[in-house]
Amino acid sequence: MLHLVNKSPFERNTLEACLKRATKGSSILLYEDAVYAALQGTTLAAAMAQAAKTHEIYVLTPDLTARGLDAASVLDGVRPVDYDGFVDLTADKGTVQSWL
Amino acid sequence: MSVESDNSAEPKVKRFMYVNRKAPHGTVYALEVLEMVLISAMFEQDVHLTFLDDGVFQIKKGQNPSVLEMKDFSKTYRALDGYGIEKVFVEKESMEERGLSQDDLIIPVEIIGREELGALMESMDVVLSA
Repeated sequence: MLHLVNKSPFERNTLEACLKRATKGSSILLYEDAVYAALQGTTLAAAMAQAAKTHEIYVLTPDLTARGLDAASVLDGVRPVDYDGFVDLTADKGTVQSWL
Repeated sequence: MSVESDNSAEPKVKRFMYVNRKAPHGTVYALEVLEMVLISAMFEQDVHLTFLDDGVFQIKKGQNPSVLEMKDFSKTYRALDGYGIEKVFVEKESMEERGLSQDDLIIPVEIIGREELGALMESMDVVLSA
């Protein structure tokens, strides 16, 4: 299944709530302010790198670009996708859960 | 996708999960989800109602929001059974983190662990969250 997270992990706990329940092998897409969770050098980086070993973690590139970030800013193991990639994920991964 | 094509005229009953993660009176989410669940009961789907994180506060006994001049919809959860919604789950970890036990809850529920909840969510056709 595909989990969607759109809030900054520094402001809200939706990503944490997601990671606590997402089963091994499930996919997580970070978009809007959640893209900050994908960055290198944050206090969350180690935990996110660990999560990327057990989940497919994606980040939406237009939301990076809008914030002055790019694919080079994100952690190894986090996969950048564009809007078409977002659509493919929702079509391919089955049930979708938005962590609001 | 877990949804398979079906040649029969009968519409496929889908596994629905409603995920409640927000406390009841500070925002309108809890009431809105409850109303959505009651409406969904008419469509005879396989409904699973879950309470996790602050959502467990929605079904705490003894709520009296009338002092805030707000509707006490907590009593409405007791009607769910009458609408055929019998699969109600509370995440054990969320409940314990908040100092609550099953005795504090307004309706009988099934207590499940975090991992089990994740697997249950994975088994759904549709997940709706607030």
